[in-house]
Amino acid sequence: MLSQAIKPHAMQVKGSAKMHRFANPTRFLRLVSAIKPWATGVCLLTFAAGLYFALFASPPDYQQRETVRIMYVHVPAAWMAMFCYAALAAASASALIWRHLVADMVARATAPIGAAFTLLALATGSLWGKPMWGTWWVWDARLTSVLILFFLYLGYIVLNGAFDDASRGARAASILAVVGAINIPIIKFSVDWWNTLHQPASVVKLDGPAIHMSMLTPLLLMAIAYTSFYIWILAIRVRAEINTSKIRALQIRRVTASDVPWNDS
Amino acid sequence: MKRKNKRLSFVFLTLLALAAAAGLILAAFEDNIVFFHSPTEIVKKNIRPEQRLRVGGLVEEGTVKQSGQNAITSFRVTDLTTSLTVNFKGILPDLFREGQGVVAEGHYRNGVFEAKEVLAKHDETYMPKEVADALKKSGKWKVEASTKPSD
Repeated sequence: MLSQAIKPHAMQVKGSAKMHRFANPTRFLRLVSAIKPWATGVCLLTFAAGLYFALFASPPDYQQRETVRIMYVHVPAAWMAMFCYAALAAASASALIWRHLVADMVARATAPIGAAFTLLALATGSLWGKPMWGTWWVWDARLTSVLILFFLYLGYIVLNGAFDDASRGARAASILAVVGAINIPIIKFSVDWWNTLHQPASVVKLDGPAIHMSMLTPLLLMAIAYTSFYIWILAIRVRAEINTSKIRALQIRRVTASDVPWNDS
Repeated sequence: MKRKNKRLSFVFLTLLALAAAAGLILAAFEDNIVFFHSPTEIVKKNIRPEQRLRVGGLVEEGTVKQSGQNAITSFRVTDLTTSLTVNFKGILPDLFREGQGVVAEGHYRNGVFEAKEVLAKHDETYMPKEVADALKKSGKWKVEASTKPSD
């Protein structure tokens, strides 16, 4: 662990597949720096356009009237809650299997973003539920499985910092993240497998979207905005993770060099 | 076998086993996971009068009656096979109307469902009012025609 942190090139897997190239933090940092300005630009543009369409330039729904506008904030947040968890689980799995330092950093950087998306989906869903269903919350399969998703994120974050030895915490949290991946298909199909108060999928379904074009456009714009927002914030957080580990490695080197006076001889 | 390949297959097999376990548990608890039962299920099952449960379905056309003196709303909930009379005293959600999906929670006693709470169930269709009106005019509207009593 220590030697890996000091010499990142030791992490490089010789002659392996292409995806392993980015296990090298320096190379990954270059990739992150190249993507970040694009993600920022796309995010700001689509957020502005998406919010304009969602709040002003789209029609009220025939049943929900103006309340439908909550959907443009709620649905992409719920999609991202699941997408971020899929990314967290995949990164954690590759950290466990191939011991990639960068995969662990991506997982750690993803968790709070995913937790924030999940909380946003739960809160906006609750605000929508009160006027439409007549209740803030019910324990149906969809709502309950999304609440479990939120607790999985929190569990991952807490477990990561719960050990004195950071690498042991990372390992325990990775195992939790991979095991929790079972919840993702349960969330997605909960509305089909059981009867729930929550409505079934409107956009991603076999016989085409059950949502009018004038409402689908702002929804998809918001979805692009949320996705690029995730990539943008992820880029910032991964860079911070990599820099923190570099600083830690330098400090350890200085301490080990200066603490031992006879080291010079 | 290399160590990382061993770890890969270990993670894969563990996930497979966990998925199977989760599937079995969820299948076993299906009765507790479903949010509501259909009128057909409720009529068929032997339900004790003190058992609290939920019934879900569409509000049948032309069955909503308000009684003035004690503010009880009465309507029939149908799954298009069986329908069930629901009595409810309280404030109904905004979306409540004939042909609308609803979930009522309460007790089933002597063939009548006494609801303590009524929730509106929204479907997955989103469209502007003009489109909905146009669909109704052209006769391509699906909800309304289907909930009229068949007899």
